[in-house]
Amino acid sequence: MPAPDTFPRLLTAHSRERGDQPAIREKDLGIWQTHTWAGALAEVRSLAAGLHRLGLRRGETLAIVGDNRPRLYWAMDAAQALGAIPVPLYQDAVAEEMAYVLGNAEVRIAVVEDQEQVDKLLEVRGRCPALQLLIYDDPRGLRHYDRAVLRDYGDVQAAGRELERDQPGFFEAEVERGRSSDVAIMLYTSGTTGTPKGVMLTHDNLIVTARGGIERERLTDREEVMAYLPMAWVGDNLFSYAQGHVAGFCVSCPESADTVLTDMREIGPSYFFAPPRVLENLLTQVSIRMEDAARPKRWLYRRFMGVARRWGPAILEGKAVPLAARLTYGVGDLLIYGPLRNVLGFSRIRVAYTAGEAIGPDLFQFYRSLGVNLKQLYGSTETSVFVCIQPDGQVKPDSVGTPAKDVEVRVSSEGEVQVRSPGVFHGYHRAEVATREAKTADGFFRTGDAGFFDEDGHLKIIDRARDVGRLADGTLFAPKYLENKLKFFPFIKEAVAFGDRREFVTAFVCIDLLAVGNWAERRSLPYTGYTDLAGQAPVLDLVQGCVEEVNADLARDPRLAGSQIHRFLVLHKELDADDGELTRTRKVRRGFIAEKYAPLVQALYAGAPTVQVETQVRFEDGRTGLIRAQLAIREARTVGRASQRAA
Amino acid sequence: MRGEVPGPVLLELRGISLSFGGVHALREVEFRIHQGEVCAIIGPNGAGKSSLLNVINGVYAPDAGTIHFGGETRRSMRPHRAAEQGIARTFQNIALFKGMSVLDNVMTGRALKMKRGVAWQALYWGPAEREELQNREAVERIIDFLQIEHVRKTPVGRLPYGLQKRVELARALAAEPKLLLLDEPMAGMNIEEKQDMCRFILDANDELGVTVALIEHDMAVVMDIADRVVVLDYGRKIADGAPEAVRADPAVIAAYLGVATDADRRAIAEAS
Repeated sequence: MPAPDTFPRLLTAHSRERGDQPAIREKDLGIWQTHTWAGALAEVRSLAAGLHRLGLRRGETLAIVGDNRPRLYWAMDAAQALGAIPVPLYQDAVAEEMAYVLGNAEVRIAVVEDQEQVDKLLEVRGRCPALQLLIYDDPRGLRHYDRAVLRDYGDVQAAGRELERDQPGFFEAEVERGRSSDVAIMLYTSGTTGTPKGVMLTHDNLIVTARGGIERERLTDREEVMAYLPMAWVGDNLFSYAQGHVAGFCVSCPESADTVLTDMREIGPSYFFAPPRVLENLLTQVSIRMEDAARPKRWLYRRFMGVARRWGPAILEGKAVPLAARLTYGVGDLLIYGPLRNVLGFSRIRVAYTAGEAIGPDLFQFYRSLGVNLKQLYGSTETSVFVCIQPDGQVKPDSVGTPAKDVEVRVSSEGEVQVRSPGVFHGYHRAEVATREAKTADGFFRTGDAGFFDEDGHLKIIDRARDVGRLADGTLFAPKYLENKLKFFPFIKEAVAFGDRREFVTAFVCIDLLAVGNWAERRSLPYTGYTDLAGQAPVLDLVQGCVEEVNADLARDPRLAGSQIHRFLVLHKELDADDGELTRTRKVRRGFIAEKYAPLVQALYAGAPTVQVETQVRFEDGRTGLIRAQLAIREARTVGRASQRAA
Repeated sequence: MRGEVPGPVLLELRGISLSFGGVHALREVEFRIHQGEVCAIIGPNGAGKSSLLNVINGVYAPDAGTIHFGGETRRSMRPHRAAEQGIARTFQNIALFKGMSVLDNVMTGRALKMKRGVAWQALYWGPAEREELQNREAVERIIDFLQIEHVRKTPVGRLPYGLQKRVELARALAAEPKLLLLDEPMAGMNIEEKQDMCRFILDANDELGVTVALIEHDMAVVMDIADRVVVLDYGRKIADGAPEAVRADPAVIAAYLGVATDADRRAIAEAS
């Protein structure tokens, strides 16, 4: 019998082969509730039949909105079983973004988690005439709503079971009609520019790619995985859903977004994915707690983290390390690294990936030095994630590794990275022009990233191709590279660098309220909130120190010495996706910010000592308010030849 | 409940007066709460709002008047009787066990539901364990309901103020009350926390069928969530009705904005 080649067939096969093994878990009322593969199939069958009764047909779309919940994952399975296309949406998206996606995908039926999502969709219903029906998981608060557009998830399943009684074999027949070349899912890209586009991925795209990753890391059906990243994001789709379906391992859904840390510790994942931001937050928390610890503990921590930095990565890679170092590291593991891994829920990790954005080398090495096999991965929605992975034993902090199985990678003459693989997407939904532009004539996907292969054949990504610029004197300017360097400081949450076609480089900085707030508290520095804290002179001094350290570091590389940061300011508000300043995956939208804060950029280059600013902010409920502030502009010390130009 | 016909009377106070020495906290107050409604009690500082709640759940014994609740008419309540009969409350100044976890604090709300004695509890196995499990499940439902899963095991003293208020509400709800008395549930909260709290109160009213009487100063909140508003001023009830009607009542406006008497005008003239 051939290997199952669609998700519903994989589900059916697992239910047969490992029916009583756990497939998915969720924490409910404080207790982990486990659903077996057989149980999951039963849920999916009745839901699929129920959806069919509600009129969901082959080729149509089904929107899915909410946190990671088994019932929402089953909705994906059910849609695919019917040959319909699930379209997961970012659950924290504001109404307009949802309206766009729902309209573009011509969604008629949506499966949503709770009242919050129902409210959001009802709000945009006027703009999405096609949207007819909302199926909700959690009935709380929905008692007085208009029943005409709402259905309870359980009721839909009950109706489905009736249909199954009347037409035995309905589910099997539907699954049989599916082809592996059918579109399995549609994911909307966050869109750093322009409107979101629906990326259509087929069963083949996802399953072949997932299988490649599983073989490379030797994953089994015994892995433990946390599904805590947005379902609308391709990463969760691949790591939790696709690889879970291919390998047959169990996926655990956290109780709520706020409990992920506790849940991680309880589950102890063995295969883990985290974008740099999550890893950064964890490190910030660890650093803060260590700062608050007693003096001997702080000493012990610093002492052994020094040892870890020196020897940890080499020991992890199985390289030759002197016996004395190995012994000291062993003591450190007993006293510090082991307990720390345990606190972070990393004790059982075999393979951990990070991707989505470049990760600071220090941040990256921190985890590796603790003995966590964290590796960088390069990919995008259009390539079903996997393009390059760092191979075990050959991990270089500043590269993303070698091409994954069956993936061809080349760098065009303009320096753009291009990819051809079984995972490369089918096309953008209703955007043939964009699809044609995204692919070359010979089927390579244009990633839009600038990069090159180093002497060992490892791919190095510097920035988005169109973001890489030049200073007025021709010096290379890679904004993201500078921003990442700044962001590694726990005090700095976001940075935006400017410099293309300018005389010198300047930057906006956003402080990390948690870290700087704690720092201020220990110095008895009173503050009322973000805006106040960000404007205080000692905080500016602190940030200046960070900027100057970055400059010193840049000065060491002749290629980058010219792009040292001459002036900066600390923004009066945090960058926010609701204000359009970040994408939903929390990437900085540099162009938008430069436009929105044009007077600030101007002031940075004009050399004014302060600048007045007034900004409209959008609250979560959609209302807006104004923030006013007077921002100080600081000059940062630069090193070497660059300093002359600043004068 | 909003916009529907009021249910049967759940609690009725008749001619309640209460004084501390020469201070008349409440004067002949007539007050009723209907089953299923959200009733707000408002009034300027010192109007007798908290005293009224304290009379209802028996902290104070009134000097005159009767209290009718649960089919009985009494001169005064006793706090433990009130609790047994299904009246739960929260306090203006948070009254939680700061050193205990959120979970343990909410468990204390179940004290009256636990029938096994100290000996059984100490032994733990058998009936006491079953009882503990049942009650823990009930508590977990409340924790889920109020979305405080992430702090389940955190000592209450370490939580921000807004969350502590929510934990206090959780403890009150854990007692499965018929009548819930909330003394300034939203004092000191920011807008977002207030919105959350409003939703939780409305949800408790809607989904759990709890009748709510609350004291609140934020008029926007009161107008939003109350079915009926009762206004007290100097211990007297000066208005009672639908929010819109009460807002337009001249007596209420006078109590809030103040009406200058001739004596005041003379005093101001002399001072200037």
